[in-house]
Amino acid sequence: MSNRRSFLGFGLGGVAVIAGLRQLLNVSPHEWNEAISRKLLRPFKLAATFPAARAREPRANGQVGLENELETWQLNVASPDGARTLSLTDLQAMPHVSMTTELMCVEGWSEVVSWKGTLLRNLAPANAPEYVSLSTPDESYYVGLDLESALHPQTLLAWEMNGQPLTPEHGAPLRLVIPVKYGIKNIKRIGSIQFSSQRPADYWHERGYDWYAAL
Amino acid sequence: MPPKHPLAIRWFHWLNFPLLSLMIWSGLLIYWAHDSFFAFPAWLYETTGIGFRLAEGMQYHFLFMWLFAVNGVCYVAYTLLSGEWRELVPGKDALAQAFQVVLHDLGIRKEPLPKAKFNAAQQIAYTGVVLMGLGSLVTGLAIYRPVQLAILHQVVGGYQNARNLHFLLTVGYVGFFFMHVGQVVRAGWPNFRAMVTGHE
Repeated sequence: MSNRRSFLGFGLGGVAVIAGLRQLLNVSPHEWNEAISRKLLRPFKLAATFPAARAREPRANGQVGLENELETWQLNVASPDGARTLSLTDLQAMPHVSMTTELMCVEGWSEVVSWKGTLLRNLAPANAPEYVSLSTPDESYYVGLDLESALHPQTLLAWEMNGQPLTPEHGAPLRLVIPVKYGIKNIKRIGSIQFSSQRPADYWHERGYDWYAAL
Repeated sequence: MPPKHPLAIRWFHWLNFPLLSLMIWSGLLIYWAHDSFFAFPAWLYETTGIGFRLAEGMQYHFLFMWLFAVNGVCYVAYTLLSGEWRELVPGKDALAQAFQVVLHDLGIRKEPLPKAKFNAAQQIAYTGVVLMGLGSLVTGLAIYRPVQLAILHQVVGGYQNARNLHFLLTVGYVGFFFMHVGQVVRAGWPNFRAMVTGHE
């Protein structure tokens, strides 16, 4: 009798667990994990840095938004305070940062790379709203960032990689380098930056990946 | 008569089976995108449908990891609090005794094994697989948040090392599974029934 009850118990329990797991799949685990990360892993640490001699050329994954528009390039920055346009010369006149960090791809590979640029926080308005959206000039690739990651002291608008000006396949003339996020957030050829209070759309999030994409 | 296996342990055991299966499956969806440690042949990905599903793999892996970890922590906590660990943790002569178990199982040693709930080979296997679980948790967290959990990332020797160890541990689980099922089949129905009902 107790045998039959046990088998029945585990059988029914198993069915209940499977039903429960199916319910769990209806919530987005990514959003749930984002909430946990934001609670437990703050404030953000600095990513490890490496000697520049360790730097290598990373793979050139992600060519969306890199066609055309290189000659007429300029950077549009918008916030609730207003909009402005910057040239590469304007950006290069701002304080420089050089750093050698590890670029990590969702695919699972990583590469140590040296970068030079100016911090994204140098373009942020005082009292910046909660989110930042960056997109290519043709708006075919776009990423959304939480403000804390965008203002991180290693989040760079870079124009140099491994001592050379960026090549087109690596995002010339200006790309984002954000070591606290997966490579998918390191958008190439930035055309516009918008500080906004709405959670911005994100190219890879729309294709099933984690919006937060933190490392 | 008290059960051979306490109800709690039976639950942890039977929850672990689907959870670990889901972790291995979703892990393979992730591994496909950069199979740097061991490249499975392309036909395997194609026939099993586990290629080109990285986003899905990450989504499932990062959900079930919590359940897998919590189940494992509960199991260890229960064995410690209930005293069940005394049956499970190998003693100091376990290696020599386990060798006798192997000889016995291969039919070389004819005398019966000493009576115990778990023999030394079982103790080594069951404790070893729990330590492997800890290894998967640590390497997994090092891969999941390599910047924010930089300490773990350093302990396991960097991103690629962490991935390789994480994969090797999975190979270990698969090996454990086949050995375990083989031994359960050999031991027969009453032994299996005890893991469900508690009684042999």
